[in-house]
Amino acid sequence: MHKLFTLLKVQYSNMLEYRVEIALWAISGIIPFFMLNIWTNNNLNESININNTMLSRYFLSAFFVRQFSVVWVVFSFEEDVLLGKLSPYIIQPLNPFFRYFTQHIAEQITRFPFAIIIAFIFFLLNPESIWIPNLIFLFLSIISTFLSFLIQFLIQSIIACLCFWTEKASSIERLLFIPTLFLSGLLAPVVSFPQYVKSWIYLTPFPYLIDFPANLLSGNKTNISGGFIMQILWILLLLPLFIKIWSEGTKKYTAMGS
Amino acid sequence: MIKNKYLVVYRKFLHTSFASELEYKTNIIIDTITSILSLVGSIFLLSIFFQNTGSIGGWKFEQALIIQGIYTILNGITNTWFNPNLREIVTHVREGTLDFVLLKPIDSQFFISLNKINPSGFLEIILGVGLLFYCIKINQINVSLSFFILCLITIFCSICILYSLWFFISSTTIWFVKTWNATEVLRSFLYIGRFPITSFSFSLRIFFSIFIPIAFITTIPSEVFLGLNQLWKIILQIVISCVFLFTSRRFWLFALKFYSSASS
Repeated sequence: MHKLFTLLKVQYSNMLEYRVEIALWAISGIIPFFMLNIWTNNNLNESININNTMLSRYFLSAFFVRQFSVVWVVFSFEEDVLLGKLSPYIIQPLNPFFRYFTQHIAEQITRFPFAIIIAFIFFLLNPESIWIPNLIFLFLSIISTFLSFLIQFLIQSIIACLCFWTEKASSIERLLFIPTLFLSGLLAPVVSFPQYVKSWIYLTPFPYLIDFPANLLSGNKTNISGGFIMQILWILLLLPLFIKIWSEGTKKYTAMGS
Repeated sequence: MIKNKYLVVYRKFLHTSFASELEYKTNIIIDTITSILSLVGSIFLLSIFFQNTGSIGGWKFEQALIIQGIYTILNGITNTWFNPNLREIVTHVREGTLDFVLLKPIDSQFFISLNKINPSGFLEIILGVGLLFYCIKINQINVSLSFFILCLITIFCSICILYSLWFFISSTTIWFVKTWNATEVLRSFLYIGRFPITSFSFSLRIFFSIFIPIAFITTIPSEVFLGLNQLWKIILQIVISCVFLFTSRRFWLFALKFYSSASS
């Protein structure tokens, strides 16, 4: 625990150096707002029984959830493997993924003010959508966002471990990003999906990545206990898989240039 | 003579980058699946929009597919040429290797813009063209020579605008060193090029016509495709693409004046 805290402090000061980059990252996440614009401008939301205000809150929440659950571990890991930087990390008595984990958390802390600024601008433009979430729901949504982050972190770490075999794992991540983008609720709330998709989508991890936490935060209707159970189930499923693939992979690992 | 030199050099570029890409064969297969899924995903999203309505922004589903097709072609071009090359500018500036580029007896913009090629974008171009052919069928468009030429001209202008936007943002690296994320912002803005510009609210429409002319990039070629060609729009697009190309060229030469190579 103490180690994690120290790592976090180091990574946070690291991240503070890249404020401009992180601000740009935050801006690049504004796609949900464009989607909101299409939805409300064409009155598409009438058919799914969500009024404009609730829909704008949904998309703002989706923006927030996305901001705090973005994972890029596969890209850092791939670079470290290809350049052989991983070797010194592996020798250390701490799984290198803790390093990446704290890196992500530190980045989220740095990102927080920028996300608040964007939300503030959003409220200036849409004053009717201002709301103060109920404290319990706020708390629940923070937890579910963190769980969503954990799911994505585990999935990407598993993919990252494939670097031990293929060296370029980021293309697999780009492949997996497509269903994440379209099915997670970032571009359209899952309730609006056609029936033939809705019948199976709730068994996949995708709706729990953005749709579920965003619904909690925005106060839209959602199955709270079911959502948490599925999130935890997926984590329980992915964690052993990650541990297994990591131990297999490190056996396979031959440091570059050796 | 000069033209010849550039052609020869470009052939060498093609050769080396194909060779290095083919080293990762499984990657190519995965990228193929990715681009197919990506097109399926965006048509899925479009079908959600049209679930309970006949048209968005005055475009029917069959017509909106044209925009999707043109976007896919342009995205393929971006992934094949712009993205792999212009990302390199950041590395060149950060590691000081831009010096080597500038010292070469060849135009630096040519070298930087065309050095690499990523063949996985080809499939997207093919998919986009295929979708356009399908659209010709379902929209019952009469194909004639003038239609064909107009389409090519407008798409070519779109490519020019797109290239200038990418190149412009990448050139700012010379001052800010890390604009890796700025291209990411551009990418997310370009994302809205998948939808007809008329489906957005008035203020966004203005923004995307003037500051980042996405309206000109996908909507105008699609309108031409549908046979709604208003001559003034096409002329405007040609003028805009010329202005963009010219400015990006000037901007690059201007930026180079500020380039102080690494460790000096």
